[in-house]
Amino acid sequence: MQLDDDARRLLDGAGGEAARKSMEILVALGTIYEAERLIPVRSAQISGVSYANLGDAGLELLEAWARDGRVACPSTLNPAGMDLVAWRAMGIPEEFAERQLRIVRAYERMGVVPSCTCTPYFAGNRPAAGEHVAWSESSAVTFANSVLGARTNREGGPSALAAALCGRTPDYGLHRDGPRAPQFLVRVEAPLPSAAHWGALGAALGRLVPGRVPLLELSAGAAGDAGAPPEEHLMALSAALPTFGGTSIFHVAGVTPEAGRHPRPADGVAIGRRDVAEAFAALDDGVEPDLVFVGCPHASLATLRRVAGLLGGRPVRRTLWVATSRAVRERAVGEGLVGAIEASGGLVVADTCFVVAPLAGRFRAAVTDSAKGCFYARGPNAMKVRLASLEECVEAAVGGSRES
Amino acid sequence: MSSAAISFYGGVDPDTGKVIEKGHPLEGRSVAGRVLVMPVGKGSTVGSYVLYRMARQGTAPAAILCGSCDTVVAVGAILGDIPCVDRLDPGGIGDGVVVTVRGEEVVVGE
Repeated sequence: MQLDDDARRLLDGAGGEAARKSMEILVALGTIYEAERLIPVRSAQISGVSYANLGDAGLELLEAWARDGRVACPSTLNPAGMDLVAWRAMGIPEEFAERQLRIVRAYERMGVVPSCTCTPYFAGNRPAAGEHVAWSESSAVTFANSVLGARTNREGGPSALAAALCGRTPDYGLHRDGPRAPQFLVRVEAPLPSAAHWGALGAALGRLVPGRVPLLELSAGAAGDAGAPPEEHLMALSAALPTFGGTSIFHVAGVTPEAGRHPRPADGVAIGRRDVAEAFAALDDGVEPDLVFVGCPHASLATLRRVAGLLGGRPVRRTLWVATSRAVRERAVGEGLVGAIEASGGLVVADTCFVVAPLAGRFRAAVTDSAKGCFYARGPNAMKVRLASLEECVEAAVGGSRES
Repeated sequence: MSSAAISFYGGVDPDTGKVIEKGHPLEGRSVAGRVLVMPVGKGSTVGSYVLYRMARQGTAPAAILCGSCDTVVAVGAILGDIPCVDRLDPGGIGDGVVVTVRGEEVVVGE
């Protein structure tokens, strides 16, 4: 890999110890993936924030890097293991909270905005088409590549942080044209009326065509009344596709920015009602929920409006959590949405999500509108799950059983 | 010497260096202080932080030799200052053999 003088200076330690280690990481990755050069990045989205995942080792490393590491491009942070303000209401232990706050402060010392969200594109970090960025968090990576037309590989936490501190990333993979081209045609014939349906589609696709870039062609029924799916639905697909084994980029004909730029693949499959129904069934453990969870990935303002509207002031009988970014929550407070949801007994949490919060043992079963959320609730938090539309989730919260 | 991929996040106990993944060929054996030879790494990127933690508490491998180094292991080795060699043909290396790693050079035997 070709290195310019700036990169060599960082490797020699002229930019400090954190920048030296970071440049070593970028050079190692560039060598493994046979990149020819480093390219500048316009932003970084950094995962590796929850103390539940990082532990004391991660905390130590970040505090060491924060001594002399400073970001070289606008950088935002993935969700933490708790709401940084209302963690007591979530039942987070004091010791966990103290260490979680130290992790976020270390990132802040490096100049990272403590946005603590997996939907940075709803919270001020929204790359334009064609921009190179270094993002981790698979749902955000897939949304940036597919829906926004920005270019990023699926970084890990340390490589995204290294790119942030150096302002660069190795030029390989989804930064190049070739790997972004669709390899498989998917004719979507099933109606997809909700984010949950788009997540089910992503789960079906991830299993059907692992590792191959899909080009989706929507039938009139699949596209919905507006003729094109809302961003919340594309976000649900962006979250589910990589979670269930698919790629970090997809194209939707007539919808996403790069769909028409590449040749149409010859090979393909059709996805019908039965495939989507099977994906729903695979994400239904058949257990009555004690937690209703919305906001994986973090809810948009439009979703918060819908939750408040669907609740319509009715009190909830089951725990209802809606997760979003601090930035969107503040706008929702201004619109009276948080007040309305919380008056019903729901909780609008910011900064965190139920994938990275320490919830194991506290809930038995969750119903959520997120296929990705189902996958991770089953894993680390050992819960039973059910995938359902937002309407069904809200009805489950106010106490209707699944038969009603 | 491992014939299968190792996940440092969840597959290895960072406090002892022992492989804890059920059914793994090295299950129950420790990588601490050894030259670890494996075909490839796997698993979550949190594994990089685990390697760093193992290096800090002395339970990390003395060196890692990979047939095809993945990003999790490459990054973890840099964070933890663990010598790491990529694209290694493990011919001539087996359990118990003395291996010297000096930069990119791997010498088998005394």
